[in-house]
Amino acid sequence: MSKQPFTHLDVLESESIHIMREVAAECKNPALLFSGGKDSIVMLRLAEKAFRPAKFPFPLVHIDTEHNFPEVIACRDKLAADLGERLIVRSLEGSIKRGTIVIKDPDKPRNPFQSVTLLETIAEFGFDACMGGARRDEEKARAKERIFSFRDEFGQWDPKNQRPELWDTYNTRVHPGENIRVFPISNWTEMDIWEYIARENLYIPNIYYAHQREVIRRGGAVIPVSHLVQPKAGEKVEVVSVRFRTVGDMTCTAPVESTASNAQEIIEETSTTRITERGATRMDDQTSEASMELRKKEGYF
Amino acid sequence: MSNTTQLLRFITAGSVDDGKSTLIGRLLHDSKSIFEDQLSAITKTSEGRGGLGAVDLSLLTDGLQAEREQGITIDVAYRYFATPKRKFIIGDTPGHEQYTRNMVTAASTANLTVILIDARKGVLTQTRRHTYIASLVGVPHIVLAVNKMDMVEYSQATFDAICTEYRLFAAQLGLHDISCIPMSALNGDMVVERGENLNWYTGSSLLELLENVVIDHDLNTQDFRYPVQWVCRPQSQEYHDFRGYMGRIESGEIAAGDEITILPSGRTTRVKEIVTYDGNLQRACAPQSVTLTLTDEIDISRGDMFVKSDALPSMAKELEAMLCWLSESPLDLKRKYIIKHTTRVVKCVISRLEYRVDVNTLAHHTTPTLNMNDIARVAIKVQQPLVFDHYTKNRSTGSFIVIDEATNNTVAAGMAV
Repeated sequence: MSKQPFTHLDVLESESIHIMREVAAECKNPALLFSGGKDSIVMLRLAEKAFRPAKFPFPLVHIDTEHNFPEVIACRDKLAADLGERLIVRSLEGSIKRGTIVIKDPDKPRNPFQSVTLLETIAEFGFDACMGGARRDEEKARAKERIFSFRDEFGQWDPKNQRPELWDTYNTRVHPGENIRVFPISNWTEMDIWEYIARENLYIPNIYYAHQREVIRRGGAVIPVSHLVQPKAGEKVEVVSVRFRTVGDMTCTAPVESTASNAQEIIEETSTTRITERGATRMDDQTSEASMELRKKEGYF
Repeated sequence: MSNTTQLLRFITAGSVDDGKSTLIGRLLHDSKSIFEDQLSAITKTSEGRGGLGAVDLSLLTDGLQAEREQGITIDVAYRYFATPKRKFIIGDTPGHEQYTRNMVTAASTANLTVILIDARKGVLTQTRRHTYIASLVGVPHIVLAVNKMDMVEYSQATFDAICTEYRLFAAQLGLHDISCIPMSALNGDMVVERGENLNWYTGSSLLELLENVVIDHDLNTQDFRYPVQWVCRPQSQEYHDFRGYMGRIESGEIAAGDEITILPSGRTTRVKEIVTYDGNLQRACAPQSVTLTLTDEIDISRGDMFVKSDALPSMAKELEAMLCWLSESPLDLKRKYIIKHTTRVVKCVISRLEYRVDVNTLAHHTTPTLNMNDIARVAIKVQQPLVFDHYTKNRSTGSFIVIDEATNNTVAAGMAV
């Protein structure tokens, strides 16, 4: 009997579907974190493959920093509507109004504060599991995290005290008040994501593809001009062909210079790039070698 | 990347002193999987820690702040790299004695283990320990990496002697798929590049071997095993009567029309359709995730297993197993624990401790309890019957985890024997 050869994408896809179904079956009140970024769009397709022809057995949740690119928010809303799935949005502004987040400068990066609103949202809806699109290849601290990452009442990750994870038999049990972060695409790389976007012909925000944009150059980085980032005295605004490798907080997400206008061309660029995704685009992760580890310990994804 | 690229998962076992981190760093570096910003970050760190002059490749894999400060690896880390032939996932496990549980964890999903030896020291106690664990956890392929050949003047006689001794030992454990490679991770000989110093060696370099080892038969292709994960009932207008059983094929294959037996009930029926998001399939096999519909309406729920009627697994409320104890709290024979086996969760008691295995000598000892890192043969009683295979026949349906109901921690890994 002939057996079709399975590619790495087939194997990764099946693993992710298996993980999502385990979450649906064993967790009482799960949610899928969905930002409109490319990784979470891949997660959405995997959820379709896992649960169709039924609806998803969980809502989509976005923690909005209100520093997002408008194209990403538009894509988030369009995809949720097209799929007919429930989307819950909670914004950092809400936490700021409640006084649970105090910020000195509203225009500074807001990623560090996302954890607060996330934890408040988890408490509001009583979620016991949140699925996120983080990947282990993104960052050193991620590389050591389990697929099912147990968090205490404060959402804290304790890297030295993680549950051993064997085979694909996942321990999903939590006590009331605790929760689990689940990363179904832990084993995917940036390249796998692009190959999957190409294979599945996924609709993603157009700022992932090359476009003309006003930028300024600051300390070697290309920075997009927006209502949050304006040129300082002496800085020159240029129009350059760029694309975003990640689409986070507008104040700290830098594009890369590129002319790649479709997924296939991005795959070709990705296979020759010499800089990691976060290294190229996230100014906030470079502050210290351990910044992500510290943020995760405080309840970050 | 071609559309036939396969995925290989492997682990590396050895101590820090054997140059394990350097080996992984070398593999990533020479296969051009290290990015400039990663290299510049570790160059900075090397200088900060007193520096070694050249870039310390081991810093690439020592991820957490705590580890960097102490210069040790404290947990399993996963690394990713690719060549045009394959994508690789490395499970990087520490070599300290107290971390048996980490190796068991990483080995549980691996196709291949690289066991690292220092050519000056030869086969050590820890080599035997790592090899025993690899055999226990059923890793199909083993590579003995005889490292630091530069420190023994690249001597073929030294290499041959180590290989002979190792193969004798491995044969006692029933391991036969063993490849031995001489190398110097520090200088890059026989890792990715062949180098100039080992011309007497005609076999594959490590990367060549990783790219070419045949893994198609690592999954059991014979016995169809399909634990039901989730029952799909859309209850929509369009799919009013649809009732699909979602799961992943753990082993074997299935075709529309095949007769299946549902365990533990023992009812038989036929597969009506194999449904996927991308359309119905005529046949499907491991490791695909699919949805099956059946010709008869039968009461089926999560935890049931579909099998082909001509290849039945074992079904029992008592079983014998090898257990690796993972928890800091020792086993309490008076207590009930929870077993998660495939998609089934049941209560159990460890009813008898047959013996503990000394992982250094492989000798069997009687034991009153189990402590962290202990490996033992035990008898277990479960509240509801388990549907399982011997672990050596089926890693998926032969394995289970043990959970402490009070703490919800995973306290042991089990393999049915």
